[in-house]
Amino acid sequence: MISLLTYTLKNLPNTSKWALRFCMRPLSSSSQLQAAAASQTKSKKTLAKPNIRNIVVVDGVRTPFLLSGTSYKDLMPHDLARAALSGLLHRTSVPKDVVDYIIFGTVIQEVKTSNVAREAALGAGFSDKTPAHTVTMACISSNQAMTTAVGLIASGQCDVVVAGGVELMSDIPIRHSRKMRKMMLDLNKAKTLAQRLSIISKFRLNFLSPELPAVSEFSTSETMGHSADRLAAAFAISREEQDEYALRSHSLAKKAQDEGLLSDVVPFKVPGRDTVTQDNGIRPSSLDQMAKLKPAFIKPYGTVTAANSSFLTDGASAVLIMAEEKALAMGYKPKAYLRDFMYVSQDPKDQLLLGPTYATPKVLEKAGLTMNDIDVFEFHEAFSGQILANLKAMDSDWFAQNYMGRKAKVGLPPLEKFNNWGGSLSLGHPFGATGCRLVMAAANRLRKEGGQYGLVAACAAGGQGHAMIVEAYPK
Amino acid sequence: MRKMQKGLFYLIWVTDRNPIIFQKASLVLPLLRYICRSFTRSSALLTRTHINYGVRGDVAVIRINSPNSKVNTLSQELHSEFMEVMNEVWSSSQIRSAVLISTKPGCFIAGADLNMLNSCTTSQEVTQISQEAQKMFEKLEKSTKPVVAAINGSCLGGGLELAISCQYRIATKDKKTVLGSPEVLLGILPGAGATQRLPKMVGRPAAFDMMLTGRGIRADRAKKMGLVDQLVEPLGPGVKPPEERTIEYLEEVAITFAKGLADKKITPKRDKGLVEKLTSYALSIPFVRQQIYKKVEEKVRKQTKGLYPAPLKIIDVVKTGIEQGSTAGYLSESQTFGELAMTKESKALMGLYRGQTQCKKNKFGAPQKEVKQLAVVGAGLMGAGIAQVSVDKGLQTILKDTTLPALGRGQQQVFKGLNDKVKKKTLTSFERDAMFSNLIGQLDYRGFEKADMVIEAVFEDLNLKHRVLKEAEAVIPDHCVFASNTSALPIGEIATVSKRPEKVIGMHYFSPVDKMQLLEIITTEKTSKDTTASAVDVGLRQGKVIIVVKDGPGFYTTRCLTPMMSEVIRILQEGVGPKNLDSLTTSFGFPVGAATLVDEGGVDVAKHVAENLGKMFGERFAGGSLEVLMQMISKGFLGRKSGKGFYIYQEGVKNKNLNSDMDSILASLKMPSQPDVSSDEDIQYRLVTRFVNEAILCLQEGVLATPAEGDIGAVFGLGFPPCLGGPFHFVDLYGAQKIVDRLRKYETAYEKQFTPCQLLVDHANNPNKKFYQ
Repeated sequence: MISLLTYTLKNLPNTSKWALRFCMRPLSSSSQLQAAAASQTKSKKTLAKPNIRNIVVVDGVRTPFLLSGTSYKDLMPHDLARAALSGLLHRTSVPKDVVDYIIFGTVIQEVKTSNVAREAALGAGFSDKTPAHTVTMACISSNQAMTTAVGLIASGQCDVVVAGGVELMSDIPIRHSRKMRKMMLDLNKAKTLAQRLSIISKFRLNFLSPELPAVSEFSTSETMGHSADRLAAAFAISREEQDEYALRSHSLAKKAQDEGLLSDVVPFKVPGRDTVTQDNGIRPSSLDQMAKLKPAFIKPYGTVTAANSSFLTDGASAVLIMAEEKALAMGYKPKAYLRDFMYVSQDPKDQLLLGPTYATPKVLEKAGLTMNDIDVFEFHEAFSGQILANLKAMDSDWFAQNYMGRKAKVGLPPLEKFNNWGGSLSLGHPFGATGCRLVMAAANRLRKEGGQYGLVAACAAGGQGHAMIVEAYPK
Repeated sequence: MRKMQKGLFYLIWVTDRNPIIFQKASLVLPLLRYICRSFTRSSALLTRTHINYGVRGDVAVIRINSPNSKVNTLSQELHSEFMEVMNEVWSSSQIRSAVLISTKPGCFIAGADLNMLNSCTTSQEVTQISQEAQKMFEKLEKSTKPVVAAINGSCLGGGLELAISCQYRIATKDKKTVLGSPEVLLGILPGAGATQRLPKMVGRPAAFDMMLTGRGIRADRAKKMGLVDQLVEPLGPGVKPPEERTIEYLEEVAITFAKGLADKKITPKRDKGLVEKLTSYALSIPFVRQQIYKKVEEKVRKQTKGLYPAPLKIIDVVKTGIEQGSTAGYLSESQTFGELAMTKESKALMGLYRGQTQCKKNKFGAPQKEVKQLAVVGAGLMGAGIAQVSVDKGLQTILKDTTLPALGRGQQQVFKGLNDKVKKKTLTSFERDAMFSNLIGQLDYRGFEKADMVIEAVFEDLNLKHRVLKEAEAVIPDHCVFASNTSALPIGEIATVSKRPEKVIGMHYFSPVDKMQLLEIITTEKTSKDTTASAVDVGLRQGKVIIVVKDGPGFYTTRCLTPMMSEVIRILQEGVGPKNLDSLTTSFGFPVGAATLVDEGGVDVAKHVAENLGKMFGERFAGGSLEVLMQMISKGFLGRKSGKGFYIYQEGVKNKNLNSDMDSILASLKMPSQPDVSSDEDIQYRLVTRFVNEAILCLQEGVLATPAEGDIGAVFGLGFPPCLGGPFHFVDLYGAQKIVDRLRKYETAYEKQFTPCQLLVDHANNPNKKFYQ
């Protein structure tokens, strides 16, 4: 009966799509029919490919994500990363010496621990025989860590890899100015007192002005918030729509937190402080309160505010990725398969944050799926305006034809499947750690809500983007 | 002078940009607007041609878009439609504020309609036009309903005057958004109130700077100066084309501000900084004011040498307004505007402006194949310069030389040229790097098989040029154009060794290539039309003003300059010192003194050209003796490049001194001077008439296709005084008869060298005959 119904509905002209969604919702909420629906989705094909190993996520954890400058403010990044690694060890009980390789993503690097993966791994008690490296790709750094792991396993180089990410925005490397650095280096090389004095005599007071890590895009000198504001304006997204979306994110996150759905969070005893058990950026407010805020980037008339942007966050995440046969041999019950993935990039000026729009159709096509096959969407929320712009772009034939070289629009992900447990706007966004959170949210939601496929997508600085298909591991 | 040229160039640039975008958008925009917007009332939407007007809530939105034109200009029609609309706005009880916006991409209002001025025959008519505009803008300024000017694209001249009469200005932070008062470049002044409003708005120093230089001001700077109140960022693609949505967004933002102003939630007053407050305090003291006027006047006098009346008049008018009140100021503005519009200088400058517009178009049509890959042979000063103006427009360019040091020098020149723009903040370092990546330096012909055009800029040696042409032709594809950058070698002779002479053309660039706007393109009998179209296309993309001339010894520019240079040497031999000669030429309006010009161009080059063309043209090119140049060369006095010429050049020394060793050379070759043709004025006219006569002969012989190209070539390539408008405008405005009289006078002293050519004599005989009708 259901199949007949969907068949008819699919063949309705495009205009009645909203009607379709309307009548589908009450259907899917009826529990009796849900079982039938689930069994139908299970009949979807699997994405296993011949001659390529199946790769699974055994499990994943993250530290609570905290607003920068709160409980993690005295830590160093490798401390957070170590906490995530320890949490993963504890959660999965994986023997340390089984791990072949460790990869972490991070964005703002602490210069003392530039290979933060290695420092954290050693501290967490992993074997000193397990190599580790650090990758960076802006907000999709830990996605890159995971896909690197997939590559290592698929090519047969490794069987067990830990991938993760960390960001500590409470402390950032602020440097001396180039002139000051040059003077200090010259001073190091000077041999005689006369030489030293002559170098010191060149000192000027402006040498002391510090250099902050770039908050703006290097190629365009534009900050991301500014770009997001322009993007929202380009897609004619109002301040109210953005605030509403942000409120949705916070409300859903709160609900998920209260219901204990955020099971990837592991408590972290911060040295000298209390144990942190949950994310602290989830703050559902009211639209009235949000409307009072002034624009943060384009003043005085912009639409992006502190309330509808993701905030500076400290946090770390880690996942255990294995070849399926290895996981099964070790007696694990994996949570999900990591399937096809895709990286894209586009104009860093005007399309800085449109990565998901470009990556989504490509990864779906690669996997042979359609938007309708996806049961769970987990998109990185950098800004409300960015998410809504991506949704509008995906829903626009004009955009698809003029900028993506497609005949028709990508299609709109149904909002009822979209970031149902909150997103970066509310949970927080430690740049290097968000990717693993997205994958675990997709995997955990698939298990909880039922369904076979999850789609993870994110934008990143540099005008890059990423998407990956996560397939539920059969129960 | 250079500034003047830049300014002129700019104006044109504004009017000619983005024709494709414009065409598309102009078709689509009005239609979309009409459909998409729901106006609560739209009065007589279809009866007006330039203005589309509607009301959103309590804000009137007045949209300007003149039909069939790339730009909006303040014409009488637009003027009256605007007045009509404003009267409706003022009388409507529903409307509380208004937004004034242009829906034409890249242009708010580019200025007043020049044809309107040109059709006036008396200064009174012009004054009247000015007074009407003044009245309208005054009414606008006093409007009790706030009007917000929403500016996207060029906002120049009358457009700026309109904008500053509004209560509030919002501009897009786009590269195309430029505000300015370029009237001075046309020999006139802002005649619709800017001389009175600008000083109050941005302060006197900034207002003088804007009105006296005519420079265009980008939006972000305008914001800092207080010329605009808010900036709007240009948008990227959304669900509409970026340009279209940006204008829409600008309008939305402007509407919120208009509402805010009407509700008194926003005040149009802005906070002045400490420096501004101090300046305005200082300027409230009459003594300080007088000192400032004096300083500015002195500076202007020094720069214009009294040849351009407009700048001094602008100072006068501003002064009148400040010292005697605005009624006197407006009156003075309109009257002076009328007077200036009737001056020869203004007519000459406007003529140049029109000529420049023509020379910015490709009358040969689009080439069959657009040049995507360029190759430049020779990484010297010229070759590297050509490469620089190509890579910064996104052209893939190979720069080839024969040795690594020579190539490295050329690459460094390109980098420095780009980096200087970074220092001036017109480029970001990232843009510089991306541009520099368009340049590939190499020592061989690799990659030439993919070149669409080769420009050789090797030494001026026919054998060498032949060798390069043959080497290149062995590699380049059939469609590839081979262009020679030479100042005097006939292209036909270069082409003799070519397998495909229809693809050979001359492209004569001027040094320094990144600063000089002119490109002289030389076609031979065999050059195909498509080859010419391709060369003009590349030149236009390089930002050049282009004249296309026929092949012949010295083409057009070098040929005109040579007899004048011959006269320069003779005058020096007759005992006039180089410094004296320099001041005589600059006071006539040349940007560079005649003796300095020889030093700058290189004595060896001058000798080479004089010798070659002397042989071809014989007696007419005689005058000074070649021996002067030859002796200079033998002593190593090659001009600036060798550190010595007529002057001594030292790094870091600003005031150059005379080279005393020249005295003995000039003394040994002294010629008797003829007192009746040696007054200061005679010396000036001896130089200029030889130049002008040769230019007209070039038109007579068909080397030049149009007088306009002759004027543009002379002014932009050779520094012929812009206030005279070029040789052809000069003859038209000062009278052919007077010039023939001069020539005849000098002919009696120096014979054939001053014999007026037939075409000039024809013009003298028939006063109705003009080069420009």
